[in-house]
This record gives sequence, structure tokens and C-alpha cells, in this order.
Amino acid sequence: MKFGVVRFPGSCDDVDALLACRRFGDAELLWHADPGLGDVDAVVIPGGFSYGDYLRAGAIARFAPVMESVAEFARAGGPVLGICNGFQVLCEAGLLPGALLPNRELRFLCRQVDVLVERDDTFFTRACTRGDALSIPVKHMSGRWYSSERRLAELEENGQVAFRYAPGQNPNGSAGDVAAVCSAEGNVVGLMPHPEHAVDALLGSADGGMLFASAASQPAAV
Amino acid sequence: MTKARVLIRPKAGILDPQGQTVERALPALGFEGVSQVHVGRMVELEVEDPSRLEDMCEKLLANPLVEDYEVVLLP
Repeated sequence: MKFGVVRFPGSCDDVDALLACRRFGDAELLWHADPGLGDVDAVVIPGGFSYGDYLRAGAIARFAPVMESVAEFARAGGPVLGICNGFQVLCEAGLLPGALLPNRELRFLCRQVDVLVERDDTFFTRACTRGDALSIPVKHMSGRWYSSERRLAELEENGQVAFRYAPGQNPNGSAGDVAAVCSAEGNVVGLMPHPEHAVDALLGSADGGMLFASAASQPAAV
Repeated sequence: MTKARVLIRPKAGILDPQGQTVERALPALGFEGVSQVHVGRMVELEVEDPSRLEDMCEKLLANPLVEDYEVVLLP
């Protein structure tokens, strides 16, 4: 199992993501200007401030050369995980539904939250059990996932809500308390919390490791 | 070259905390009677072919899922 972690100018959680991946498999960095993905089995788009968050978070990164390969990989069923800014990039790229808006309180948030597992059968959550509470930190300015009510109802119906903030813990005002969504096929997952910052008890929680363990738990389906 | 201005604002019905905060701040300075404040962005640009502005807005300048935009051509 080999993860590829994309590094954009302005990424800042790329190394933490790389180290988290390496606990469960092989991993290497992919550069934003790379034309391809090499021989990776799964792609992680990490957190940070790609291209300075100019215009809108994720709006410019979406056009990075490597993203063409990521989109192609995702459409072919390849597993892609977007964390925080990575989630914003995947939404801007149309690979995940919805958009990330500035937090309801207009403040940068940095805190530990509990998220409840809704989908335990995606590539990145299959080591979890539905209903499990995972303690994972959030740290973001634009994490208010938004979707129209009608579209949200469709997504709920399709089972595309992967994680939800535990009752009373929604930090940013996201629609439906959504913390993570997945593509209709379940191979692309995006979330605002940072699982790569919660892979060791020393960090306060090792629950985030479940996402990387999930990916590594079976041979890649590509 | 045509000069243009693109005005981008949050779609109606989407929570706009910036607009709300500004709306609450105005009466504190004595500016009563202000409502429906929305804060957006403006992009100024010069283009060879103004007919492509709409496409630019859809693909990059705005996120049509959550933002409305308005193209204003300048003399």
C-alpha cells in the first residue's frame, strides 16, 4: 500500500500526513507541478493554505497540474482523501459535493472534537464501526460545509455523509452537522478534522489513525 | 481591451456572518435604519473578449454553488 501526499505551495500538514501514512504503509510526497501520480495506490490532499487561499480556499489549487491526474485517478475509482484544505480543494474541483464557507463565528478554530462514524464501508473508514466516536482535532477558518437542503437530503439518502460532529460539538455551523462527505462511489472522502494530527496517544488521541489503517487494511482496489 | 468589474456576493439564503456583523456594527456608530447587509468581493479586470467573462466567473472567479456574481462592463 503506497500513499501519495500532494504538496502545494502553502500546504502545511503535508509532512504530518506523510508520517501518519507511513505508520500504515509506504508513502511519498507528490509535488503540485508533477504531471502524474507515479505508482501510488491512494492519494492524500493535506491541510494548509494552498496558494495562500487566494480568491477562495482551494480555488487555485484545483488547477494545479497534479490535480488533473488526481481527478482522473478519482474518476477511475482510485481512493482519494482530502483533509481540511484538501477537502476544500476536492469540493472546488467538483470531486466532492458542497462547498466550505467561513466558520459561522468568523474565527479560526483549533480544538479537539468528537465525530461520529456514519459510513464504515469507504476506503478510508472501513476499519471503523458505524456509530464509533473518534476524537480528532479541527483547525480551520473556512470549515462550514454547505449544501442546499434539497441536495443535503439527496446526499443523506445516498449515504454520502461519512462523519458527523457529535451532538453539540459542531464547531463551524456546517449543514447537517456534517464533518466528512464521500463521493457517490465512496472512493473520495473529504473531512475538516485532521486525522493526521491524531495518530498517537502522545498527541491526545490515536483515533485519526483509523482512516489510514482503513486504507492500508486491504490491497488498493485500483 | 474592455475594462470590467465582477461583483461576487453570497447567494441569498446562505448565512453571511460578515454581513450580519457589519449590520450590527453600524447602529453602534449611530447609523440606524440599515438592513440586508451582505459582504462580497470585487474583481477588476481588463479582457480582450468580454464574452468570456461569464465562463471565467463560473469556473474560477465565483463558486456558483454558494455565490452570485454580476458582471459590469466599464466604459
